[in-house]
Amino acid sequence: MIRSKISRDEIYHIADLAYLHLDTEQAEKLAADLSEIIGYVEKLNELSTDNVEPMMHAVPMENILREDKVRPSITKEESLRCAPLHDGEYFLVPKILEVD
Amino acid sequence: MSEYWWGRSASEISEYVKNKEISPVEVVQSFLDRIQQVDTKIDAFTQIWSDYALQQARSLEEKIVKGKSPVGPLAGVPVSIKEVICTQRGFTTCASKILAGYRSPYDATVVERLLNADAILIGKVNMDEFAMGSSTENSSIKLTRNPWNLECVPGGSSGGSAASVSAEECVISLGSDTGGSVRQPASFCGCVGLKPTYGRVSRYGLVAFASSLDQIGPLSKNVMDSATTLSVIGGRDPRDTTSVDMPLPDYSERIRKNVDTISMRIGLPKEYFTEDLNEEVKELIMKAVRILEKQGAEIVEVSLPHTEFAVATYYIICTAEASANLARFDGVRYGFRHVDSKNIIEMYKCTRSEGFGPEVQRRILLGTYVLSSGYYDAYYLKAQKVRKLITQDFEEAFQKCDVIVGPTSPTPAFRFGEKTQNPLEMYLSDIYTISVNLSALPAISVPCGLTQSGLPVGLQFIGKHFDEEYLLTVAYLYEINRGQEFGNPPLE
Amino acid sequence: MEFESVIGMEVHVEINTRSKAFCSCSTNFHAPPNTQVCPVCLGMPGVLPVLNREFVNKAIAVGLALNCSIAKWSKMDRKNYFYPDLPKNYQISQYDLPLCYDGYMNIEVKGKTKRVRVLRAHLEEDTARNTHDLGGGYSGIDFNRSGVPLLEIVTYPDLRSSEEVFVFLTELKQLLEYLEVSDCNMEEGSLRAEANVSVREEGSDLLGVKTEIKNVASFSGVVKAIEYEVERQIQIIQSGGKVVQETRGWDPDRGITFSQRHKESAHDYRYFPEPDLVPLAVSEEWIQQVKQTMPELPQTRRKRFQEEYGLSLYDAHVLTSTKIMADYYEKTVQLGADPKQSANWIQVELQSVLAYENRSIENSPVTPEHIAQLISLVKDDVISGKIAKEVLRKVFKTGKSPEEIIKEEGLVQITDVEVIRAIVKRIVEKNPSQAEQYRSGKDKLFGFFVGLIMRETQGKANPKLVNDLLKEELNK
Repeated sequence: MIRSKISRDEIYHIADLAYLHLDTEQAEKLAADLSEIIGYVEKLNELSTDNVEPMMHAVPMENILREDKVRPSITKEESLRCAPLHDGEYFLVPKILEVD
Repeated sequence: MSEYWWGRSASEISEYVKNKEISPVEVVQSFLDRIQQVDTKIDAFTQIWSDYALQQARSLEEKIVKGKSPVGPLAGVPVSIKEVICTQRGFTTCASKILAGYRSPYDATVVERLLNADAILIGKVNMDEFAMGSSTENSSIKLTRNPWNLECVPGGSSGGSAASVSAEECVISLGSDTGGSVRQPASFCGCVGLKPTYGRVSRYGLVAFASSLDQIGPLSKNVMDSATTLSVIGGRDPRDTTSVDMPLPDYSERIRKNVDTISMRIGLPKEYFTEDLNEEVKELIMKAVRILEKQGAEIVEVSLPHTEFAVATYYIICTAEASANLARFDGVRYGFRHVDSKNIIEMYKCTRSEGFGPEVQRRILLGTYVLSSGYYDAYYLKAQKVRKLITQDFEEAFQKCDVIVGPTSPTPAFRFGEKTQNPLEMYLSDIYTISVNLSALPAISVPCGLTQSGLPVGLQFIGKHFDEEYLLTVAYLYEINRGQEFGNPPLE
Repeated sequence: MEFESVIGMEVHVEINTRSKAFCSCSTNFHAPPNTQVCPVCLGMPGVLPVLNREFVNKAIAVGLALNCSIAKWSKMDRKNYFYPDLPKNYQISQYDLPLCYDGYMNIEVKGKTKRVRVLRAHLEEDTARNTHDLGGGYSGIDFNRSGVPLLEIVTYPDLRSSEEVFVFLTELKQLLEYLEVSDCNMEEGSLRAEANVSVREEGSDLLGVKTEIKNVASFSGVVKAIEYEVERQIQIIQSGGKVVQETRGWDPDRGITFSQRHKESAHDYRYFPEPDLVPLAVSEEWIQQVKQTMPELPQTRRKRFQEEYGLSLYDAHVLTSTKIMADYYEKTVQLGADPKQSANWIQVELQSVLAYENRSIENSPVTPEHIAQLISLVKDDVISGKIAKEVLRKVFKTGKSPEEIIKEEGLVQITDVEVIRAIVKRIVEKNPSQAEQYRSGKDKLFGFFVGLIMRETQGKANPKLVNDLLKEELNK
């Protein structure tokens, strides 16, 4: 039986979190795709992992730190060079309202 | 031009160049000619840096003539770079619309190291958008074709890298491997692809897909050239805290020294030889195993019992990490921006929806979902635990053997469009490569023959953590005893 | 029904390392826009963070000063949300394993000691700054502040009044200044306090619905905002309504809090461990190393000043209000000056000169050596106390030592009995009628004569000798 694991509403909610805009057709298709994939990954529930430590880091290392030294930064021109919109001082975006 | 240089290995070229027997300018020109000749069919290159490559060659020539400073191990060797690795020269687009025209303000550590080794950067090559895919069909730039059969995909995500090396448009290419993205296209295109141990090569300047899995690796025609490249690009980098401070040997020298005396216990994981494995591929793999046996290898069966969970584990972890890594592409500081947005939220959403392709959006959504409130433990945490179990499988297997051998991919190269309709089916074709990334191990794919229809098949060797020396020696030993030269792709 | 307020604080402290938390850019974010940035703090593709050791050291110091346990093993996490001031659209922070946890700070309110428990203090990075007034329908972003190290200190809801909050914040600021880990400037945002406020029936154990007050630029603003918010919540409850859990801003002009919609429609930060950074393992040795660099903390020093120098609680408070002041005082005492005299001179005389000149003790031209010298000159009767105050002003203006000034201006006290006697005699003789009135019982006129003598000697006559000799002369 094919049961949809993820509803269209859920897809919209996730898309909101991920800042993606979906039209209805895309949402339908993605709900189906993701449901299938999620259905597949739930295979992991077959395994008991009660006493298993999660592997949060690929290689066991710790305390790799840098000394507190200032090094020259790139110039303002270089930092702004790739910006879609700037005024020579700031990166510009559509006005941010305080309540956004 | 008296001679074609594009058939030669890196070690040959650099020897000739260093000994002033050939001008690096001539070498580079020969490769540029080759690109002109074949890339219209292959479409591996996204940027061809003819002028820059010749300019590099001329400065190298000057340096060699002056004879003052030492000449690097990749002197005069043309190298192509995957679009996901940052270069100050040209563009770094990740084959995505969202980074179209993006110029990186800095060079990746591996690029700096290649330049220090006197390699010639000849251009950049195609890939699946943000390295997400197994066929390079997810590129927003173009399709790259398999040099062995132009109707087939080159594999992915480093499809351009593999195709450019296979078609002899360059000697070495740098790719990135998150779940098999170096080894699988190498296998599809009949070249060598090395995924080093996680932490061996700096990731600084590699546009992140899944940070805990990504690793840069070389593709080349033979094992020795990949070994030489690893000696150049590997080693601790203070800009990447996950790069490990461990001795980095001169691998090609070590291989030559060890190859005659090496002892081998080769493990064949029983889970890799099931009905999912294509019969022809299986036969070629077993033929290779017999060659190794003849060289004195002891063959043992090992078990990697959690293999069937690897794809699920991988797709949870890699998409979760990717959902955060790709959040920065918002049209504020660089890259594509949707214009005429009413407000900032609309700008973000439209920029990202128009800038990312469907597979990237699918993975961002999946990753967002598995991390979202209420699901973290069920998916992400669970996957990290299973990841531990998969890693432990390898630890146990390596009690019984020194190196694990099996197929790189369950099938040879497939046709365009064959798997694009079903994402899950595409994901499942990574079954043999992704456990290696999850376990942070080094692995290499070496060509082991052609199918009836003339498509290459790759043999995968999986080694122990940071023991690339042993891994490369065994792969080299196989390569020199392979006994069957299956030649070059039929491009003429 | 009586209500009590229940308040917990979240304080963000910018840590004053030289370079940023995860890259080598300078933390001087007041430089021209987008000049203290690099690919890392701009969140360019392909970059990786590398944690600043000094940031960790300073955070451990704060943790220890707040009596926290320091995690033997902790890690960084990614906090995911989109906002234009956040270049990666995730913030590197700490989620379930903060570096410092389970601490407390004692505060004195109305003569009683109160313990404010600290839940955690964790490492994170600051955001960029948005400018909204560029016109043309655009906002501008300056990434200089992006990646500046930030320590977030979170307390339990242990505070019960705005007064307690004020004392807590003052003590916390003092502690951070002593540790020299932050500029602690609220106006510039290097110290940012947010309050979680709820009210409940007095004596109840239950917690009411809380609101979070953000973006307040001063301690007094925090106090006023809390007072307003508590009243607002009480009124809602009394009129049968329900407090809504939300973030509220503070409008200092209107003196009210107001509802702010959330940055993100749904707060789902999707925390997960930062794969680009390896875990932190803080050993006992590391903690000891940090301890050795820590100064004596204000509460300890206050107590010691009372015991060692016999100061009153009030004097000890004033003199330990900043580390610089306390160091200044102790230096003066160590130079041999009487502790109580030193306290008086520094708190009263020096402070009034500094206040008049609008200077602070850090850049005072008057050194502890000068103060010690003045005190000893008065004690040895070289100058009078009154002259000494004048000399202090001159030291401030010229930077010369008191001895030099006295020498140059001939301010040495007249202690020669015969010289003073002669002057006294002359003055009394010149004013026979006043002398007569005094003798007939008008005691007040004694001061009249002292004044004339002092004027004659430009204040240099030893006051005690003047008194004695004048009495003798008038009573003849």
